[in-house]
Amino acid sequence: MPDIIRNGVTIDDNFAEAFPMSGTGILITAPNAKWARQAALTMTGFATSVIGCGCEAGIDREAPPEETPDGRPGVRVLLFAMSSKDAEKQLVNRLGQCVLTCPGSAVYSTVAGEFEIKVGDALRQFGDKWQMSKVVDDRRYWRVPVMDGEFFCEGKVGLTKKSVGGGNLLIMGADWDKTMRATEAAVSAIECVADAIAPFPGGIVRSGSKVGSKYKGMSASTNDAYCPTLRGVTKSELDADIGCVLEIVIDGLTDNAVREAMRAGLHAIIEMGPEQGATRVGAGNYGGKLGPFHYHLKELLP
Amino acid sequence: MKPFIFTLRQEPPQRVDLSALTPDRLAGKSVAQIEAIELGVTRISTKVGDLFKVSEGDLKTVRYEGGSSRFDLLGAKLLPGFAIHVEGDVGAQCGRLAKGGRITVAGNAGPHAASGNLGAEMEIKGDVGDFLAGPLAGELAGMAGGRVIVRGKAGERVGDRLRRGILIIEGDAGEDLGARVIAGTILVLGVAKGRVGYLNKRGSIVLARGGCFGSTYVDCGAHELTFARLFARSLRDHSASAADLLSRKLRRYGGDTAVYGKGEILTPD
Repeated sequence: MPDIIRNGVTIDDNFAEAFPMSGTGILITAPNAKWARQAALTMTGFATSVIGCGCEAGIDREAPPEETPDGRPGVRVLLFAMSSKDAEKQLVNRLGQCVLTCPGSAVYSTVAGEFEIKVGDALRQFGDKWQMSKVVDDRRYWRVPVMDGEFFCEGKVGLTKKSVGGGNLLIMGADWDKTMRATEAAVSAIECVADAIAPFPGGIVRSGSKVGSKYKGMSASTNDAYCPTLRGVTKSELDADIGCVLEIVIDGLTDNAVREAMRAGLHAIIEMGPEQGATRVGAGNYGGKLGPFHYHLKELLP
Repeated sequence: MKPFIFTLRQEPPQRVDLSALTPDRLAGKSVAQIEAIELGVTRISTKVGDLFKVSEGDLKTVRYEGGSSRFDLLGAKLLPGFAIHVEGDVGAQCGRLAKGGRITVAGNAGPHAASGNLGAEMEIKGDVGDFLAGPLAGELAGMAGGRVIVRGKAGERVGDRLRRGILIIEGDAGEDLGARVIAGTILVLGVAKGRVGYLNKRGSIVLARGGCFGSTYVDCGAHELTFARLFARSLRDHSASAADLLSRKLRRYGGDTAVYGKGEILTPD
């Protein structure tokens, strides 16, 4: 494969392979930005991968008070799952345990999807018949009395089955510090793209996986082809100049959101260059037969 | 495109039933057919042509140039997407059982305005009579959706058996405001006379200047309520003073504990 070089960074002639997902999004508001963020962080904890967490979730962006329905600071959270049923179950569980419990919080729908899932209409029962419903501009909301006042929650939130999960970038560099610098810059750029999240810790995953394992019953295991410490003993994808590989996984409400997020990340890495950051960027796929969405790196270049 | 216009020629000689003159019922009719529609409710005939000069236009908006307190059932069963404007007064049951759409009245409205309203937005620039949004005799529930804004005063028993929707009275309201309310929201920016919220089940009644609601309402303290902030934002363009009222810290009185008791009266602290 002929490699492409931009600003000294080698770009693999490869593509990321992604899958359809059920995506939903909510806006959490609170009396101040700290507590809105706290509720969002808590509900998106342990939501890195559908394989072990049931869903993938992350913070899309912070919303200033002028943009939120109740005029308080807010944080928009996106949540993705393999089916609408899983998304509903995960969202209701996470809202019930992480947002209902968080002081001052209120929840609003922010996705105009083809479907709607019950959120407030399920959580309202916490009110033990003291809950009150209010219909404002044809949307139903629930007021649930809690110990700091009222938990205010929209009855239903939108869900779209046109979401995409699994866009990715493999960032390769000489050492951990340089690779991390480039990857962090890419994550910062991706954070600015609307409707897309990077669900792993700080947006970054260091334990990329391959399908299958030598152990029975393990569906995924370490991606040894990209492990620098195995470069000599396995069929490695890494050249001698690579000492560290980090991955960014991207989920988005639309095909375009994932593409734009990958583009933003790639541009940030290329702009930094190999002296400070990464020397090579690749993408993960399964040969192109499993996922319908293919994002070719060469089409995303500046 | 210019609206469909009914210009009043003369004050009707008797009460008239205007429920036949909603856009969906006018659609497909020629001016001659429309002028032949019988509006009278007595044995004496009063046809559209006797009362109005009809000018054809886009039926999305029907406009009455001139009104009368004898115009009953104006905009009854109005459908979403249509609008009716009256440059004058209307009679009883304006917007009765309207499913949606928008009705604006530049003058006053009679009793039972917005009775059984299911989703229309109504604005009455003058005063309204008794039983605003209330049920007719024998009905179990009043208005079940939509928004009604009265810029002037309202008569007695505003929001009787209100089930859903918002009523905003910018002026004063008569006795027994919010009697037997099932749910929904009523805001009064003027003085609410006499007893308020009698037998209120789950409704919210917001009184800018307090009111008399007796000992079956129990003080629950003053609070910053998130729902009120959302309401305030939603109402800002329609009634700035109602939005201001909802932006304030509100004291909550829970009741009416004589019945179900899950409702509330809110007043600025």
